[in-house]
Amino acid sequence: MGDFLANHAPTLTHWLVLTSALFSIGIYGMLTRRNAVGVLMSLELCLNAAAVNFVLFNRYLAPTNLGGAERLDGAVMTIFVIAVAAAEVVVGMAIFVAMYAERRTVDVTRLDALKD
Amino acid sequence: MQPLSFILTHAWLIPAIPLLSFLLVGLVLRPVSERLAGAVATLAVATSAGLSWLLAWDFLHLVPHGQPLPSLVPWSAMWLHFQDGFGIAIGTLLDPISVMLLVVVTTVSTLVHLYSTGYMHGEPGYARYFAFLNLFTFSMLGLVLAPNLVQMYVCWELVGASSFFLIGFYFEKPSAVSASKKAFIVTRFADLGFFLGILVLGFYASQIFAALPAVSVAGQQPLDFAFLTRPDVLAQLSGLNVHFLGVGVLTLAAVLIYTGGAGKSAMFPLHIWLPDAMEGPTPVSALIHAATMVVAGVYLVARCFPIFATSGEALTVVMCIGAFTSLFAAVIGCTQDDIKRVLAFSTLSQLGYMMFALGVASFAHPLGYSAAMFHLFTHAFFKALLFLGAGSVIHAVHSNDIWHMGGLRKHMPVTHALFLIATLAIAGIYPLAGFFSKDEILAAALHSGHTVVFGVGLLVAGMTAFYMFRIYFVTFWGDARSEHAHHAHESPWIMLGPMAFLGVLSIGAGFIPIPEWVQLPGSPAEHEGIDLAVAIPSTVLALAGIGLAWLLYGGAPDRANALVAKLGRIYTTIKAKFYFDELYLYVTHSLIFRFVAAPIAWFDRHIVDGAVNLSGWFTRTAGLLLGKLQTGQVQTYGSWLVSGAIAAVVVLWGVLKSGGN
Repeated sequence: MGDFLANHAPTLTHWLVLTSALFSIGIYGMLTRRNAVGVLMSLELCLNAAAVNFVLFNRYLAPTNLGGAERLDGAVMTIFVIAVAAAEVVVGMAIFVAMYAERRTVDVTRLDALKD
Repeated sequence: MQPLSFILTHAWLIPAIPLLSFLLVGLVLRPVSERLAGAVATLAVATSAGLSWLLAWDFLHLVPHGQPLPSLVPWSAMWLHFQDGFGIAIGTLLDPISVMLLVVVTTVSTLVHLYSTGYMHGEPGYARYFAFLNLFTFSMLGLVLAPNLVQMYVCWELVGASSFFLIGFYFEKPSAVSASKKAFIVTRFADLGFFLGILVLGFYASQIFAALPAVSVAGQQPLDFAFLTRPDVLAQLSGLNVHFLGVGVLTLAAVLIYTGGAGKSAMFPLHIWLPDAMEGPTPVSALIHAATMVVAGVYLVARCFPIFATSGEALTVVMCIGAFTSLFAAVIGCTQDDIKRVLAFSTLSQLGYMMFALGVASFAHPLGYSAAMFHLFTHAFFKALLFLGAGSVIHAVHSNDIWHMGGLRKHMPVTHALFLIATLAIAGIYPLAGFFSKDEILAAALHSGHTVVFGVGLLVAGMTAFYMFRIYFVTFWGDARSEHAHHAHESPWIMLGPMAFLGVLSIGAGFIPIPEWVQLPGSPAEHEGIDLAVAIPSTVLALAGIGLAWLLYGGAPDRANALVAKLGRIYTTIKAKFYFDELYLYVTHSLIFRFVAAPIAWFDRHIVDGAVNLSGWFTRTAGLLLGKLQTGQVQTYGSWLVSGAIAAVVVLWGVLKSGGN
């Protein structure tokens, strides 16, 4: 098993296939989930795919700066993404709660006020 | 020449006063007081008349006796300045014919205003009537004073518009409405020719103008009469080697301008509007169909006379149409029963007289020019008197039909006497006004060698006497033929006064030496006084006409009826005015409307409107379809967003790939 991993070390392409799949699943979920919470969760998948991409590109394309010291720019961006995602979940969930209090539903297909 | 007096330099006051009065009466006084409106309008025109007489007096004393009168533009202002060497001014042109016409127009207009205060008394729209009379007077005076073709054209159209308002004064009557439309459309149609003539003339004249040294054209513009009638300019214009349909530029322009004049002066075949225009109030007919609007065409030809005379061919056209119209209208005039229509046809005939007088004139024989203006002058007075007399009779009898009248000489002695004076004047009996001017015209025709035209003129003189005395006898002699005629009353003095004044002029106007004053510039006329070789046959023919009228219509019209029965079809054809109205109706309705207007209307309605409607329908439908996309479903919108992003990526990829290779 160790040999296998050593011989078949994942390249950037492998990882990008993974994040693309993650992102696509997120998009699919966002467009198809009827429950608003499910939509929000799908959105988290998209954000995470992007966050992983940051780390990946940092690790594979620019691991060190010109002086040879390790670079952490992508990792820092990922921290930001996680922070923003957390804040967004808070706001989103607050809206859903308020909406439920008003409409007794969080089914996004029944929320079509934009039509009017 | 003496320095110009105040009124000569300020001749613009004469048209300006009626214009101001029109605005005042029409906008301010009309709702306030009808009486005041009439008084102000009459006073304004009377002021203009007084100023005109003053102006004429000063004008005649500008030069010592015996010298030709000058032609001057004492006031003008640039109105439209297009470029150096091409502009259009407004101004006042004073020369013998414009001063003469100023006096005629303002005098007749004042008398008509006065008469109207009695005739129109108590009519609805009394103030409106006076406002339009003022507008009409202003337009006509502006036309008379115009120093260039464009001002003349503008006032020409104003005359047309204001006559439209006046003819259609009784606009609740369908016949008056159609008559006013007919007058407007026919004259407007003719004015198109006038306009084209101005364009043709202006185009070539401005080129000549630009080529001339600046000193020789100082103070002139290409469309000024002063420039257009200069001998050197005319020589250049007639020398141009440009032809259209085989006709030179000068002749073409002259004939086109004449078209406009023929429309206003109701020359055959554009004569059809004038008889119908009698639908207007009778004083209006006296003003616009005797003294002013209808002579505008004659005035235009006289004003442009050097152009016509240089062209020669155009003058022949004027002569032939004039002579034919005078005969044609006289023939119809013998058969009509409506007193105003007889007068209308007699006007046509007399206008034809003036036109052919201009037509027989030339630089070598300029007598016709003076004669035409002289006849215009005298005709204005006796024809206005005839119309006002007819108005007085109609006022009393409440009918236009001469067969509803009869025996009126006992009931209306003053009207009768004045009508007789005017009838004798138009018949050309010495010493009344018509005799002198008719004599001049016939002498001009004879001495310039146009024997056929002279013959036609003589014949028309006899016929004029016949048909005028026909209506005179039927109206004033015999027995009353209707209830109203039995109980007819003389008209009030406010109507008889102006008529009496015109009566004096109808008697005396022949002694005013108009032909001495009005002469073709540069060609002094050989004024001959009364030519017995002309005067004797024309008087004999006139007396024969009167005798025939007495024979046929002096008593009960049995002989006339027998003659009518004998003539049969010929008589009915003439009475129907040779079916010209029907011919026009056929041409317009059956030919033009059906084969030109109807297809064009169809094209407009279906193709042009269809294209517009199609674009509207397309936008609407597209909007409705696109509107369906707005579902309010966030996830649908998201799907579109994602699809769009994917499409954008695909396209971008394709572009980058192909750009990379």
